[in-house]
Amino acid sequence: MLGTRAIVSRIYRGEISADIVGRPKLWYSISGVLLVLSIAGLLFQGLNFGVEFKGGSVFTFSAPSASIEQVRGAVTSGGAHQAIVQKAGGDWRVTTESLSSAKVTEVKQSVAGELKVPAEKVSTQVVGASWGGEVSAKAWQALLVFMVLIIAYLSVAFEWRMALAAVVALIHDLVITAGVYAWSGFEVTPATLLGFLTILGYSLYDAVVVFDMIKEVTKPLGPTSKITYSEAANQALSSTLVRSLNTSLVAILPVAAILFIGTTLFGAGTLKDLSLALFVGMIVGTYSSICVATPLLVQLKEREPRYRELRANIARRESSAKRQAKIAKTQVAVAPERDGGTDDPAEPEDGRPGGGEASGDRTEEGIPASVTVRKVVQQGPRQQPKRGTRQQRRGK
Amino acid sequence: MAPPRSNVPNPGRTLLALFVVMAALTGVMFMQGHPTPKLGLDLAGGTTVTLTAKTANGRTPPSTQMDQAVKIMTQRVNGLGVSDAEVAKQGSSNIVVNVPGAGQDRVVQLIGTTAKLQFRQVYAVADGKPSGAASPSPSPTPTAKNEKPGGASPSPSSSPSPTGSETPRSRALSEALAAPTPTPTGSGSAPASPSPAPTGLPPGLGTMPPGAAGQDYSGIDDKAVIKQFEQLNCYVPDKRVQGSNDPNRKWVVACDQKEERGQVAKYILGPTRVLGEQVSDASAMPPDPQQGQSSWWVSLKFKSQGGREFGAATTDAYRAYQQDSGSPRSQIAIVLDGQVVSAPSISRGAITGGTAQIDGPPESFTQTYATDLANVLKYGALPLEFTQSSIDEVSSTLGSDQLRGGMIAGAIGLVLVLLYCLLYYRGLGLVAVSSLVVAAGITYVSVVILGENMGFRLSLPHIIGLIVSIGITADSFIVYFERLRDELRAGRTLRPSVETAWKRARRTILVADAVTFLAALVLYFLAVGGVRGFAFAMGLTTLIDVIVVFFFTKPLVGLLSRTRFFGRGHPLSGLDATRLRGTANRTAKGAASSASATIRPKSQEV
Repeated sequence: MLGTRAIVSRIYRGEISADIVGRPKLWYSISGVLLVLSIAGLLFQGLNFGVEFKGGSVFTFSAPSASIEQVRGAVTSGGAHQAIVQKAGGDWRVTTESLSSAKVTEVKQSVAGELKVPAEKVSTQVVGASWGGEVSAKAWQALLVFMVLIIAYLSVAFEWRMALAAVVALIHDLVITAGVYAWSGFEVTPATLLGFLTILGYSLYDAVVVFDMIKEVTKPLGPTSKITYSEAANQALSSTLVRSLNTSLVAILPVAAILFIGTTLFGAGTLKDLSLALFVGMIVGTYSSICVATPLLVQLKEREPRYRELRANIARRESSAKRQAKIAKTQVAVAPERDGGTDDPAEPEDGRPGGGEASGDRTEEGIPASVTVRKVVQQGPRQQPKRGTRQQRRGK
Repeated sequence: MAPPRSNVPNPGRTLLALFVVMAALTGVMFMQGHPTPKLGLDLAGGTTVTLTAKTANGRTPPSTQMDQAVKIMTQRVNGLGVSDAEVAKQGSSNIVVNVPGAGQDRVVQLIGTTAKLQFRQVYAVADGKPSGAASPSPSPTPTAKNEKPGGASPSPSSSPSPTGSETPRSRALSEALAAPTPTPTGSGSAPASPSPAPTGLPPGLGTMPPGAAGQDYSGIDDKAVIKQFEQLNCYVPDKRVQGSNDPNRKWVVACDQKEERGQVAKYILGPTRVLGEQVSDASAMPPDPQQGQSSWWVSLKFKSQGGREFGAATTDAYRAYQQDSGSPRSQIAIVLDGQVVSAPSISRGAITGGTAQIDGPPESFTQTYATDLANVLKYGALPLEFTQSSIDEVSSTLGSDQLRGGMIAGAIGLVLVLLYCLLYYRGLGLVAVSSLVVAAGITYVSVVILGENMGFRLSLPHIIGLIVSIGITADSFIVYFERLRDELRAGRTLRPSVETAWKRARRTILVADAVTFLAALVLYFLAVGGVRGFAFAMGLTTLIDVIVVFFFTKPLVGLLSRTRFFGRGHPLSGLDATRLRGTANRTAKGAASSASATIRPKSQEV
């Protein structure tokens, strides 16, 4: 139990550090597989659109003593999957998906049997889509305009790379959620559509909060900083990880409750349509803002000349012999309890211990003369061994 | 109300202000008399109308025209607001319209009107009694000037309230009626008789020729029409004249749509000059006293071709006006569904700007009527004529079980959120809980008030959406709390940390909320129907989120930071600095101290 306790207390102190940025290939391949599956589902299975989008059959009959639930039960037991029940005046109006004439007869018999209505008194007609092309076309139009605006807005608020990464993550979320619908064969009703729109806002929101932190941490980076952009971004990610997980949990809890409690107790319908889309979309959205948007952003940023330069500088400093010896020492001292209790943070590509470990070291020896070194203000995380102890000593 | 900018904001005052505003809103809610939100079609039912297409010989109407009619009706319904009305084709010749809310007669009227619009030049005007016949309805005796009509005509689509004063700018029609000087047009001679000033007071209506005696029918080359005109009686409930709605007929006879000053005029109209298809946009405009308007009016914009056509028509009318200001040909009649809505005299030159306006007497041109008319005209005419074959009250589509289920499940979800916040944030969790409660309260009150004033109706997806949004709302204070704990971890004391953490969290919250709000705005203005209502709810909760975190969560944390319990970092406060910094130093010592700082997940009775 001590292991889990340690983990819990680390989470409580906001001290999860995982090297997420360092493993883009892993995340991209996971996402790639999911995307391929989703697109395949959309192409081969297709989405199962509901009555509101496609039209269907409508049954009209008079059964004064029946309740909504009874009528719905009678129609669905006749073989209809969807049944939208309304009482208009004294008559019941039940809209179902398009049924073949054989099915229509079955439904009529079922209604006649269960609700004591003579079968010839049940009239049936074809009904058109109430959420036809107009609504869908408008929704697509709105989506496109929104994409353009959001890229513009994020480009102003942050920069174009962040905008691009956020929008890629957004599309990723929507496609995967749609894929889940395609494979599961659940109906796409107006409620589902609304769920998709909520994901749209939520996914971006999540990415923006993470990017805001990254921006803040990477702002002071200059050519002489001690850490690369990737490492800084990773630190930022680690510090918002707790927040991200917390908020996702808090947002998903009500959705999960509605999905699992609502649908098991009260059957399918609007509740399921909406909450399933939200549930899938939020989980995927949380994942994508951390594991897709951020690595993508880092890859874009690392191509920038100034961050390339920074990388080169650090690599040069790394390779000096004195440095190497020092690092070896600290690694030996730190490794045992750094890695205890959490899942082992992986070594980043450049072979240095993860986290902001190296920045604790302030010597500038062994730097080639070509590089002008200015003493910069201490950057990076404040949890440094020496300072921490000193402050604690001061505090007591 | 701006967030306090001083370095030492007074949290108590901010909280107090927020509660005063909330109390005021709650008061407004109860004063409106409906302390419950309006519900949508799926939860509360509404009115359902079945419209059947009328065809000339009982054949089934072409399905393309039916689809177009569905499209136009959908646009009209959605033009009315943010409710989730449904329009669907049923069978081959029926269209079923479901409107949320009971007794939506006005909406029903509006959806079913064909709204075929034509602009034609007037060739003759007379009082709408058949010549030589006594009027079947007691027409009010013409009274002296400046006296308002005794009883406004009850019209189906608006409830006119007789306005108190007559306008200085009389309607063009009465001017035209005022001087039926039979000067033969086309001679080019200027009228000998002095014409009344265009903005004169309404002349006594006694000058109106009864029936059609002494009319000048020059230029009308269709005797049958003149005969029809002379026999026409417009003092009947159904003022639609056979054939008056056909744009292809060269000459038509039409009645005025409404009584005005106790009179209904009848017209002979020339060929159609502009068709309704040429209208690109229409909007209702409030009266502008500076222009001498006392009633609402509808502003029309034409497409380029329509603008040219209208320009040509008004040029002809203005020429007629210059020759004889009393000539009926100076008027352009605006014909809607075979009745003349208005026939303004073109007395100020041709209108070539591609716009036109429709106005009328203030007692019938109310805001509602103008808005409805604009809404109908904007989306064009229906390709078919429809009759209402049935109007019913329709029940909700979801049993009460669905709503109850959604609410119960949502409540369970929110309770889980609260428990989690309390467990993770301890004392701060209480702030989170109360913030959520305040957010939920403001949301509820806003929805009720907006339902009353904007026709916003909650359907089940909206309710689920709101519950979910409240969950997302929690994000803002989690951002703040995490920042606060970061500051404490860095070894700062609580009181200043409250401010510094807030400064950093505030930007994040605003940028992130701006994204959501942008999404809501775009969807609201571009999408239609239910999506629009949903976008509205989304924008609303985002705004409420910002309000709550600025004016409630932050001041509350500020206040609590002054208490001993939080300020001293009591272990249960969630701000226990030693625990937050438990292993700030990553040494063996730190690991040892974390053993004392283990969390035993047990329900805290705080």
